[in-house]
Amino acid sequence: MSTATMESTERTRALLTSSEPRRKSVDRLMTVLIWAAFVVAMIPLVSLLWTVLVNGSGRISIDFLTYSMRGIFGGDPSGGIYHAIMGTLIITGWAALISIPIGLLTAIYLVEYGRGALARSVTFFVDVMTGIPSIVAGLFVVALMTIFLGPGARFGIMGAIALSVLMIPVVVRSCEEMLKLVPNELREASYALGVPKWLTIVRVVLRTSVAGLTTGILLAVARVIGETAPLLVAVGITDSINLNAFEGRMTTLPVFIYRQYSQGPATCREDQLNCIVDISNQNAWGAALVLIVVVMLLNIAGRLVNRWFAPKLR
Amino acid sequence: MAQRIDVKDVNIYYGDFLAVEGVSMTIEPRSVTAFIGPSGCGKSTFIRTLNRMHEVIPGAYVDGSVELEGVDLYGPDVDPVAVRRNIGMVFQRPNPFPTMSIRDNVLAGVKLNNRRISKSDADDLVESSLRGANLWNEVKDRLEKPGSGLSGGQQQRLCIARTIAVKPQVVLMDEPCSALDPISTLAIEDLIQELKKDYTIVIVTHNMQQAARVSDRTAFFNIAGTGKPGKLIEMDDTATIFSSPSEQATEDYVSGRFG
Amino acid sequence: MTTTDSPQPTATPKGPVSRATARRRRSGDTERGFSRVFRWIATGAGSLILATLAAVALFLLLRAWPAITASDEEISSAVGRYPEGTSLLEFIGPLIFGTLLAAVLALALATPVAMGIGLFISHYAPRRLAQVLGYLVDLLAAIPSVVYGLWGFLVLAPVVKPIWFWLGDNLGWFPLFAGDVSATGKSLATVSVVLAVMILPIITAVSREVFLQTPKLHEEAALALGATRWEMIRTAVLPFGRSGVISAAMLGLGRALGETMAVLMIISPGFLIYSLQILAGAQHQTIAAYIALDFAEATGLAVNALIATGLALFLITMAVNMIARAIVARRKEFSGAN
Repeated sequence: MSTATMESTERTRALLTSSEPRRKSVDRLMTVLIWAAFVVAMIPLVSLLWTVLVNGSGRISIDFLTYSMRGIFGGDPSGGIYHAIMGTLIITGWAALISIPIGLLTAIYLVEYGRGALARSVTFFVDVMTGIPSIVAGLFVVALMTIFLGPGARFGIMGAIALSVLMIPVVVRSCEEMLKLVPNELREASYALGVPKWLTIVRVVLRTSVAGLTTGILLAVARVIGETAPLLVAVGITDSINLNAFEGRMTTLPVFIYRQYSQGPATCREDQLNCIVDISNQNAWGAALVLIVVVMLLNIAGRLVNRWFAPKLR
Repeated sequence: MAQRIDVKDVNIYYGDFLAVEGVSMTIEPRSVTAFIGPSGCGKSTFIRTLNRMHEVIPGAYVDGSVELEGVDLYGPDVDPVAVRRNIGMVFQRPNPFPTMSIRDNVLAGVKLNNRRISKSDADDLVESSLRGANLWNEVKDRLEKPGSGLSGGQQQRLCIARTIAVKPQVVLMDEPCSALDPISTLAIEDLIQELKKDYTIVIVTHNMQQAARVSDRTAFFNIAGTGKPGKLIEMDDTATIFSSPSEQATEDYVSGRFG
Repeated sequence: MTTTDSPQPTATPKGPVSRATARRRRSGDTERGFSRVFRWIATGAGSLILATLAAVALFLLLRAWPAITASDEEISSAVGRYPEGTSLLEFIGPLIFGTLLAAVLALALATPVAMGIGLFISHYAPRRLAQVLGYLVDLLAAIPSVVYGLWGFLVLAPVVKPIWFWLGDNLGWFPLFAGDVSATGKSLATVSVVLAVMILPIITAVSREVFLQTPKLHEEAALALGATRWEMIRTAVLPFGRSGVISAAMLGLGRALGETMAVLMIISPGFLIYSLQILAGAQHQTIAAYIALDFAEATGLAVNALIATGLALFLITMAVNMIARAIVARRKEFSGAN
């Protein structure tokens, strides 16, 4: 301090405090813009969840959840979504039943066996397949099945196959990530004990990563459970309860929402009891609330499974 | 150009963890000061507090004062961005920007400060900076090629050229030769001797011979054990540190008994 | 798709030999045999994926063929939407145009915001919060598209309508904002906003990953030269992440091209015209929404015509996705080499 002259101190102070207002304000502006980008993305999320909650909660009742729309016309508010809930469960269940074995085995192939051109092209086309438009998956199933079953064929299982086309790549991708996390030392330890490869995969690799695999599968289910377009094309719509995926049309929650939305307001005579003009919109919002709750539960369950049950590998 | 640094009672924390404790020292202008010490003793952490680069790590903070020519770097009206422009830094691994040409790498810092630099001024600055870094003759024919195509030693000299192009007061070097081969290391050491005519140089090094070769003064840092804070043990003329240090720990370290 | 038929190269030469040894071993060492079977099962599952993709292309082409080969008279008499003497191409052309226009507008709206969010999570947000905030953005991807449709028409359209009117009144000279502004808000502009929200999460997810991968070395180099945070991002982060952001945008484009329900539920469709007037109603329709709209009532050649339309969408999205994935794959090789 004492050796530093006053003059050089002042010069240095000028250097170190030299604020260039333009650069600083650009920096500040970009900080504001980048925070704003995040806020802008949150507006639709909050608005959407809030609207669904507000508009949907009024319609939720035991009757709404346990009745179907059979024989419901006009503004009659006594219909429900039971048939759509069952249709969603059955079709998504079949889709999961088809997709999980194929997806998991493909992931095992890619991680444990995959070498060379076949593995490279499987990896590449799995990625490409995640981009298939959902309506094209529906069209594909119709194009395929009507060759065997005639032009009018609309079954629940066709929807399940269409959803599988969308779900398999998602399952493969997430399971592959999880299997890659299993350290090679574990596999080698198992081989060193004389355990054959397939048993090593089943007993060691799959068991170590079971939490991650469950997460991946739950998120994949959450992703296809909200699909509308392929089911609209491949399964059609019905107002009645149908529990048989191999016979007749079915309705799922998303298709139900679309159906109610597209019906528009009902016409009520003045003296008519039990008639609500915007009942179809109310039905749509109610079903949307149920669907969103299911999707969010699947998402949360998926994250929690991984957090709580994942073995600590690192 | 060159200015002195006065450090008083500096403690460095990462969150609750005290990483370096109670450092006071004076770094003379137009000289080379070397920091030596065993791994983890806090010398790299400390050098980063001299231009506020440690603030990049979340939770890191400093108390005490670091004064450049009598001005506290941590004073309320001091701009950390201006601090880093006046106190440049060269890192352990050469890090030229991979997407830029050699020329653009040299000009990277200048373009931030002064966007409208004329082409001839820019050409002059590129040449003088590259000459200053002893790199001009090797790259003058391929200034538009990417900097990542150079050898490790050339990349490091490019980084030095990039640093001196913004005309700093002080150049900090954090183990600048640890990723380089012996020939490139020699080239950098020669360069440091040249640079000290104009700049205050601080260098962290693992290599005691290097400290003995290039520095005028040497500071020895040590750590009592894992989890304990690093401390400055002693600082003196390099010749004194390597021949007759006043602390036993310093003598043990420079004679190769530990570390 | 030639890879589908070609067997695994390593297996070809020793195929017969290994089968023979497997048969011999089955008597003694059955486990060795089952490991082999397990390998076949796993490989079969992988090949099935390639076969499925090939089947999608094949069956769409097969069922589209009658419409592609039909004469203009046949097709316009079979499909109610086709005016007299309209060919398949004359009808699909405007649909492709509408699809591309909606998707490109959505992309233009979403990409800057998504990059902002990516930077926010990677470089601006408090580190402890960053993961949770990222998860919130991912939630946007979890919401079913049919709910976006509901929200888009019943909530968003009334909100943006005044903005569209303002644009139409003040910037009507600009081709995109020309024409009569739709009184219901059921225009392509509203659709694009909803599509932009829907593709935000995928673009954000990919770009935030590449931003996070920016080498610390380069960030510190920029800061040590006296760069502000934004200048550091401009010199080190953005150039490093450029190809990643491009492929992220392509993936988002692929999503937007194929989205059905949000478009179907919001737009008031218009056919057979190439129109830039995004604020006006009845000017555009996208392929996916058109198929969903007409499929239920279609019979005979009309179904084939719809499938032909779907085939066009399939080819466009495949091309976009393959380009995006190829960029990502090449990027991986680059960073692997370093």
